[in-house]
Formats: sequence, structure tokens, C-alpha cells
Amino acid sequence: MNSIIPAPLLSLPWRIIFVLTSLVGFGAVILYSAGGGSFSPWAGNHILRYSIYLAMAIVMSRAGLDFWKQITFPVFIGLMILLVAVQLLGFVGGGSRRWINLGPIGIQPSELMKPAMVLAAAWFFDRLPPTRINSLDALWPLAAILVVPCFLVIIQPDFDAAIAFIFSVLVVGFVAGLPLIYFIGGGAALAVIAPLIYFFGLRPYQQNRVLIFLNPETDPLGAGYHITQSKIAIGSGGIFGKGFGNGTQSHLDYLPEGHTDFIFATMAEEWGLVGGLLILFLYFLLMRWGMQVAVNSRSRYGQLVAAGMTCTIFFYIMINLLMVVGLAPVAGLPLPFISHGGSSMLTMMICIGIIMSVDRHPGSRSGRFE
Amino acid sequence: MKYEKPVSSAQQRFTFTRRTMFIGAVQGGIGLLLAGRMSYIAVANNEKYRLLAESNRVNLTLVPPRRGWFIDRDGKPIATNRADFRVDIIPDRMTEKEATLATLTKLLSLNVDEVDRINRELKTAQGFQPVQVAAGLDYESFARVSVRLPDLPGVSPRQGFSRYYPSGAAVGHLVGYVGVVSAEEYQKNKNPLLITPGFKIGKDGLEKTLEAGLQGKPGARRTEVTARGKIVRELTTKPDVPGKPVQLTINIDLHNYAARRLGRESGSVVVFDTLTGDILTMASMPCYDPNSFSDGIGRMEWKMLQSDDHIPMLNKALQGLYPPGSTLKPMVAIALQKHGVDPEETVFCGGGYRLGNRVFKCLGHHGSINMRNAIMKSCNTYFYSMGRRIGYDKIAVVARELGLGQEFELPFPSQRFGTVPDSAWKLKKFGKEWIDADTLNSTIGQGYIIASPFQLALMSARIASGRKLVPEIVLKKRKPAPLLSFPLEHLAVAREGMDRVVNAAGTAVRSRLQLPDVKMAGKTGTAQVRQIKGGQRGQSGAWKYRDHGLFVCFAPVDEPRYAAAVVIEHGLGGARAAAPVAKDVLTFLYDPEQAMASLRSLEAGWGGSIEERMARQAASFRAAQTGEGPPVELTEDELAKKAAEEKAKAELAKQEEEEKKIEAAEMAKQEVAARSKAAAAEKAARQSAGAAAQPSPTAAPAPPNGTSQ
Repeated sequence: MNSIIPAPLLSLPWRIIFVLTSLVGFGAVILYSAGGGSFSPWAGNHILRYSIYLAMAIVMSRAGLDFWKQITFPVFIGLMILLVAVQLLGFVGGGSRRWINLGPIGIQPSELMKPAMVLAAAWFFDRLPPTRINSLDALWPLAAILVVPCFLVIIQPDFDAAIAFIFSVLVVGFVAGLPLIYFIGGGAALAVIAPLIYFFGLRPYQQNRVLIFLNPETDPLGAGYHITQSKIAIGSGGIFGKGFGNGTQSHLDYLPEGHTDFIFATMAEEWGLVGGLLILFLYFLLMRWGMQVAVNSRSRYGQLVAAGMTCTIFFYIMINLLMVVGLAPVAGLPLPFISHGGSSMLTMMICIGIIMSVDRHPGSRSGRFE
Repeated sequence: MKYEKPVSSAQQRFTFTRRTMFIGAVQGGIGLLLAGRMSYIAVANNEKYRLLAESNRVNLTLVPPRRGWFIDRDGKPIATNRADFRVDIIPDRMTEKEATLATLTKLLSLNVDEVDRINRELKTAQGFQPVQVAAGLDYESFARVSVRLPDLPGVSPRQGFSRYYPSGAAVGHLVGYVGVVSAEEYQKNKNPLLITPGFKIGKDGLEKTLEAGLQGKPGARRTEVTARGKIVRELTTKPDVPGKPVQLTINIDLHNYAARRLGRESGSVVVFDTLTGDILTMASMPCYDPNSFSDGIGRMEWKMLQSDDHIPMLNKALQGLYPPGSTLKPMVAIALQKHGVDPEETVFCGGGYRLGNRVFKCLGHHGSINMRNAIMKSCNTYFYSMGRRIGYDKIAVVARELGLGQEFELPFPSQRFGTVPDSAWKLKKFGKEWIDADTLNSTIGQGYIIASPFQLALMSARIASGRKLVPEIVLKKRKPAPLLSFPLEHLAVAREGMDRVVNAAGTAVRSRLQLPDVKMAGKTGTAQVRQIKGGQRGQSGAWKYRDHGLFVCFAPVDEPRYAAAVVIEHGLGGARAAAPVAKDVLTFLYDPEQAMASLRSLEAGWGGSIEERMARQAASFRAAQTGEGPPVELTEDELAKKAAEEKAKAELAKQEEEEKKIEAAEMAKQEVAARSKAAAAEKAARQSAGAAAQPSPTAAPAPPNGTSQ
């Protein structure tokens, strides 16, 4: 190849960096408009963070898979301690206690727990002998790693995070080969206990979110306001949008959280369906890359980690987009790489960094139990 | 599954690949679902959401239309619109009521009464209904509130127009007033204009009845607003279409003069143009100030109006009903001639008329007296005797033709049409036969008959013009009214009698016009408020039991141009209370300078103009209500007023004394020499004219006793 470009630079996963930079760049453009045509307070910050986190991800990609295996347990324990610490001295934001200040930066341990959860599950399934996959031995450790973190985030209360943990572990378990009957049976069981959870497990504001999701027009000025205004923003954008900087829903504050959770609506108003499809396409490229890394990895651990991380990112994308188009209840999940917000960007870039690491270290086909 | 198939790593890799593919497919499926949903919202429902976004963004505010003006027959303003700065509260946008009100009170230096009114209105206001805090603010106050706006949610300062009545209280009963739409009115007609801040509708008088034409069409202002209601920019503005001006038949200068001339009395003045039937003046005093009603009235002011025994809320010209007393005599004279009574025929008046064993008194001993002189002297005996001859049913027909007991098509919310009794009416109402005593009473305008000042003025106008004039308040071109059914010479006799009342030796000679070439003809009337019992004659005692003073007139005598009626409630007598007012009002039409000079000296005695007196009354009422003593200056003022009153009373008594002497002398002469009546009358007239030459503001000749003069 061209020798002018140094080899280390060439070896970078340029394709995916290009995809991510496109997403973040588009996000910055939207934030620039949402900030009233200014880099402050959001767009500049967004780009700066991405640059730092991208560097971090590239550094992470240098680490071998063994490194991740080694840090999994300490990180997991460390985050659990932090989750407890949040309960004791955290900050309340948006009705729940999620934040903790470590020096100058605020950290949301429940965010960081999501990739850690994938690492832990992958680590477990990698160690599990293939013959035991159908036995109970494959199940109780999963429950063990889920129960404490889930309990800790539910009392925050952050139900969304608990669902994200469970989702990550289930996805890893699914691709690791847990019997299908578990998922089919579990799905059926969920259908039965969902009403019970609704009535006994959810706080009133969470119950409300579900109710309003089912019929947003019942509360056009209250909690249904978010969904209604989001749909108005997307719908009024049409195919080509109202043009850059011309979104009235976001600029006149009708759309709440227009720079974070509902940034997709802000975008769709100004860029229309075309902008929405562009973002979906970029996400498609991202997901395809992640899944290809997983399939191409020759180590079981690498496969599970890459698939799990990709699905963690996918979970964010899915929940957020279904919410803004009115197909899911309002949940406080941002749109990866586009929404403004440091904590989720950090989580996403950790996932990316680890997937890059798997990509760089496909490993040997000989697993532990080959 | 009985048979456990051992799982190998290769199998797991295969499973992994398969399941990863499955997840990829699910992801793709969700991606397609999202794309489909987005297309559905953005393409299929684009129109709907575009509209919703637009209705979010654009706030349409109505601009209340300016009301049409009321102008007088010469185009002078009666009711106009004044550009003003105002501050309203939108109750449901207010967060901290107490704090907001306290701040406003400080910024606008509102007084207790106003704060009280705002609190009261806030309590009854629906969320949509703006409550006025203050209107007619100067720019500084307006600016003070405007800069504090971010701390005052729900407070809405705006620039608009408010109704302004330059004549103040003088036109209150004539045009009514405007006010904020009430909740009930809004329930009936849910027009958003009605609840636009600053929009007022007519609440009374012509403002109410002519509302449709006056209202105009609202303008609209489209503004881009944020979700919090902050205006970002103006988009387009459609100007309002002001309501059409209404030109009234009123001569506003004359009307204002009449209202002022009524002074501290409770009464009304109605003036007609005898050529057309146009209402030139319809003053009723005392009256509320429509300006303060239009700004939202304070409770104190309302209470004061309610508790005033002069009833400032009643339009006395149209809704006040009084026994017309002797003002009916010219009308009766026409009826008598119609039924064959020769005006030269005389009746001997010996001081009364005997019916059975009852004597109906006359106030004098007029001797032999004919029709013209009976009007001049207001001789009851003549009319008792002649009225009884033809019967009241025949008189009632004439009374109705002259407008009594009739209702007219006028755009006023209510007019009372009184009663013209006859035998059928009595039978229906009381189930009793009409008796001769009823005829005697009705003939001199007592008993069952009651009429409004408006009707009396119209009667006078019809007699003066000989035409069946139709009253009109809105100026328009009209055909001359048809002639009355009476022969001209019959009308002439009535007019001559009225001429003599003022210009010969009649009851109102003191109110002769002091003009070189214009003479006024008239007829006095004094109406009992209650039955005369014992010593109580309605000439003394509590104000509310005193007799009413009435006067109907027209001028000039030879070629009548104007006709008027003046009613002074509890004014004791027509000649004393009502005729001088009529004299000044008619003088104003020909010589405004002279009339104004007379008014100025009177107002000095009354304690200033209408506005000054009303302000002082309000201040003392407020002081009395709050339990504080009145301010010192007010006390002094009251004392001065009292002193002036005492003085006037003393003068009055003196003049009455003189008056009695004159009358007594005259009667003696008449009795001695009935033949030389004309000469005596001339002499008396000369004497009276001499007395009238000295302008005496409060005193007029009053009869010593008797029910009717």
C-alpha cells in the first residue's frame, strides 16, 4: 500500500471512524441549530468530547482481549461500589439519584455498568464448558451478576437502566447458545407478569408514562406533551424538512429536551425524512460493522463481547427512536453519538473501543474447550 | 428432551453465527419499522402536523375594534375613544396572586377601593376573563409595569382605546356606558372577541341598544410565540375596522347646559325640535359618570350611587313617572274646544268647585274666568267644571293623541309610558265605575294620570307645532309629521293661554325670557307626592314628601321652534323650581352668553361644576364609610355651602311673602272688578316683570297652598 502514510495510522478502522464521525458531525450540526446557531453551549462541547473519547477508544483498541478479561471482575466490583455510593451521596437529577461527582466530572455509574455487564456475561459464557450450556449452571451465575446491580439502579429509581442490563445479558446469553426454550418461555412469562409489574413494580410517574404512551392525546399538556410535540416536529418536517435553523418546534421551545432525548425530532423538523433515513443508514453501517466484527472474531469471548456491545448500542438507538416516533413510552435514553450528553457518549465510545479491540485481536480459533 | 445432545464448540460457533444473523435481521426489521413510521408521520400526516406546528408557533390575538363615536347633530363628540395605556390580569396565568397584586398596587399606586374591586373581580372571574387593574394610565406608570413583566406572570399591559365621554355625568343616562363582557354574556355568545382584554360592550342606554352598529370589526395580530408565551416577533397585523359613528339628534351643548342647570336637584330636562321631532336634549340628573363605569367601577362608588336618594341610576326623563299636574291644562283646553266649549265662555271661580258635599279647591279666587285666562292663572275651578261637562273619556283621547300614555320606537333599553286613565281602564284595573271625582282629579293632572317628562315635552311640542311629531334620537332625514286632528284655532287658544302664563299675569311670569325678540310660552305644574293630610301640604317637611315641580314650554311664541319639559323632583312647585330652569335652557339656544352667566353664578352657590360636586360627594362618602372624619377643607366647604343654603332659604321666604301680597292684591281686584281683568293682569305682569328683572337664582314664586297652580 502507500507507504507515505504511516502504518499505525493505516491500521486504524477508518471505515467505522468515518461512520461515527459522520453521526457525531451531523449531531453537532443539529446541536448548532438547536443552540440558536451557535457552537455553545452544545455543538462545540459535543465535538470536543467525541474527539477525546475517540482517542480513548483507539487507545482501548490496542488492548488485547486478555486485558478485558482481567479487568472485568475489578471493574464490575468497582462499579457496584460506586452504585452504592450514589445512593449514599449522589445527586438527584430528574427525580432520581443517578449522579456522583468524582473530582470535576460527574459520573453515572449505571451508564458505565452497561458495557461492564456485557463483559461480565461474555467472560462467564467463555468460561462455561459447551456441554453445560443447557444446564442450570448456565443460568444462576447470570442471575447472580444481574440481581445486585439491578436492585441498586431500581432503587435510584432508574428502571430503564435495569432493563438495559437485563437486555445486554440476555443478548449475550442468546448468542452464546442458551436454549431457545428459555427465550420463548421467558417471553410468554413476561406477557403474564408484565401487568403485575405495571401495577406493583412501577412508580406512579412510570405508570403514567406507559399510560400516556398508549394514548398520548389524553394528556396533551402533561406527560403526553413530549410525544405529541415530538410527532408534530417530525410530521411538520415532511420529506425535506424546514431547512437548517428553521425548526419552530425546537427554537420556540415547544419540543422539550430538543438537544438530548428528543434530538431526533429536532433534526427531523429541519432535515425531514431524508435526514432521518440518513441517520438510520449510518446506524445500519455501525450495526453491520459491529456484527461483522463479532462474526469474524475467532475467539468465543471476542464474539460474545462484540455482539453484546453492538446490541447495547442498538438498545439505545432502538428505545430512543421508537420513543420519538411515538412507538415506545417516554424513556430517558439519549440517541447515541447525536444527543448532547457526556455520560452516554462515554458509554457508547467504551463499547466502540472494546469492539475495535475485538476487531484488532480476532484471536485464534482454538478456544479453551476446543 | 430426554436425550441430551452434547454441545461442542463448533456447534456453539454455528449457533452464534445463526443467532447473530437473527439479531441482525431483527435490527434490520426495527430499522425498517422506524423508517416506515417516520414516513407515515412525515409524509402521510405531514399536512396535519404542519398545521399543528403552525398553531403552536403563531398566536392570533384579536385587536378590539374601536367603537363608533356618538356625535351630536352638529358633529360634536358625545362619546369617543381615547388612546390609553392599561394593565390587565389574566387570572389563570397568575401564579402568586398576593405578591403580584402587592407589586401592582405599589407600581400603580392603587387605592384601597380599587384593590378591593380587583380582588372582587378576580374572585368571580373565569380563567379566561381578563380583569382590569387600571386603565387610562400615563406612559410612566405603564412603563414601570412593563419592565417588571418577567416577575409578574399573568399581568398584561397593553395599549388600546377606552371609551371617553367628554361630557361625563351629563350624558350618562342618554348614552349609557360600556363594560367588560360578563360570564353570562360570554356563555350566550362564545365569540373570542368578547374576552379579548380591552374589549367592552354597551351595558346601558344607547351604547347597549345600538351595540351592533357601534362595535366594528376586530383586527388581528399574528405573533410568533414561544411555548412560554413570549412574543418573538410580529408576523402580520390586520387593522380593526372601527364601528360606524352614530349621529344623534342631541344638541350636546344644550344638553350639557341643561344637565348643569339642574344643579343639585333631582330632575330632568327634555327639549324637542318642534319642526322635526328631534330630541335636542334629554338630561337627567344626578347621574353616574359613565367614564368611571367604563373603567370598572369601585365598590365605594357603586354603594354611593345605590344609597343616594336622588337615584342617580335612573333615567328620569324616560323612566321617571310623575302626576303631570296643571301642565295638562292646555291639553284639556284643546279637548274642551273639540267638544264644543267656547273659549270665551266663563266660569265663576269662588275658590273651589263643589261636587256633592265635597269641595275641590282652587288655589285662588279667580272670579269669572275664560279658557285662556284659566290656563294663565291655572284656575282649577274652570277645568273642574268644564272637564266634568264633557267627561274624562273624551279628554283621554286627546291626551293620547298628544303623546301621553304612549310608547315610542326609540333605541333606549326601557321607557315607561305611564297611564292615561279612562272609565274602561278603571273598570279593568280596579273593577270600579269611573266617578266624577276621578274626572276632576284627572283634569288637573292628579290622581291616576302619570306621565314621563319625555311625554310632557312631546305633548308641548305637538301643541306648539300642531303636528303629530314622532320623537327621534338618531339623526336622519324625515318627512314632516302629519297634522294633528285638531283645528288650528283650538290649538291657538291653548298656545295663547300658555303665552299668558309667562308673558301676561300668569304663574310663570318671573321666568320670562330676557331676550329682545323671543318670547316663551309655558305652563307650570305642581304635583302632589302624597295625599294631603291635615297640615301636611307637600310644601314643607321631608324632601321625599315634597311636591314635584313641573314646567312645559315652547318658544318662540309666534313661530314655535323648540319645546321643552322640566321636572324637578320634590322641587315644591313648577313656577319656583322648574320654570327658571326652562327659561335658562331656552335662553341658551338664543343667547348662550346670558345663559352661561346665569349658570356660573348659580354654580358658585352650589359648590362648583358637576365634576367638582361629584368628586366632593365621593370623598365625603368614602370618609363616612371608612369612619374617618372628612378632611378639614371639606368641612369648611360644607359649612360654606350650608351658609349659602340658609341665606337662599331666607331670601326665598321673603320673596314668598311678597308674592303672597301680590296675589292677594290681585285677587281682591279681580273680585271687585271682574270686568277690568285685562287691566289688572297687565299691572300684575308689570309688577312681576319688575321682580323677575332681578335675577334670583333659587327663588321663584310659589303658591302659598293648594294642590295645583
